[in-house]
Amino acid sequence: MADLHFLANPARFRRFSQRVLPGLGFATALMLAVGFYMAFFVAPQDYQQGDTVRIMFVHVPSAWLSMAGYALLAALGASLLVWRHPLAALMARAAAPVGASFAAVCLLTGSLWGRPMWGTYWVWDARLTSMLLLFFLYLGHIALSRAYDSPERGDRAAAILALIGVINLPIIKFSVDWWNTLHQPASITRLDAPAIHTSILVPLLWMAVSLLLLFVFLVLLRTETEIDRRRLENAEAAA
Amino acid sequence: MSPHATYILAAYVVAAAILGGLVIASLSARNRVRRELAARGLDKRR
Repeated sequence: MADLHFLANPARFRRFSQRVLPGLGFATALMLAVGFYMAFFVAPQDYQQGDTVRIMFVHVPSAWLSMAGYALLAALGASLLVWRHPLAALMARAAAPVGASFAAVCLLTGSLWGRPMWGTYWVWDARLTSMLLLFFLYLGHIALSRAYDSPERGDRAAAILALIGVINLPIIKFSVDWWNTLHQPASITRLDAPAIHTSILVPLLWMAVSLLLLFVFLVLLRTETEIDRRRLENAEAAA
Repeated sequence: MSPHATYILAAYVVAAAILGGLVIASLSARNRVRRELAARGLDKRR
């Protein structure tokens, strides 16, 4: 926790990210290369879905990361509204497009998986609709944070939206249990053992870690840019 | 060749385009801001 407080200062965070980013970028690229190899050449076909199960290796981690990204936005929003944390607003601005991108990947790859398996690209079932709502919440956050002349007002409005929208996360998670959906129920994040064979579970978890590293890389990189951009704006305002 | 190869490849191309595009856009935005800071003499990196 002490380390996190140490990084709360934007200048210290910037120095930290500049040290970490090159190594993190290299590790991410390496992990993703191995992950794609495992997804295409190591993981076996599913006995029912055949090769289309390979779409899962990008679809499922993207879904997890888009939900985790929104939880991060909500935590940053609370941090901004309650403690007026100097870095929270900048990191939220940086993280929202990253989360939105993962939500878009989840929706589009899910649609491309649905067509051969369900016979349709889209149905308005609870899981798909709540996921689409998450994507729109991200877009709303991005739009609100840029909608005011004063960046501070935009950041506060976006933080409120992030806190309100967080109610959608349990709806996404439990939608397949609460309603009768075309989307399958949870097969990995269950209280008992995963329902997926190890030969498919290992590549899936590998891709999840790889994409998590990409998520962290992008958030650090974009936060550093937001810090510099704010410095630039302050310098222009002072001139 | 899987009968559904088009869908599988399309899914990976879409994912690579969105996430790769975001990486490129993020790196170019950082470089642009750094150049502007340098032009104003504010480019202390450490």
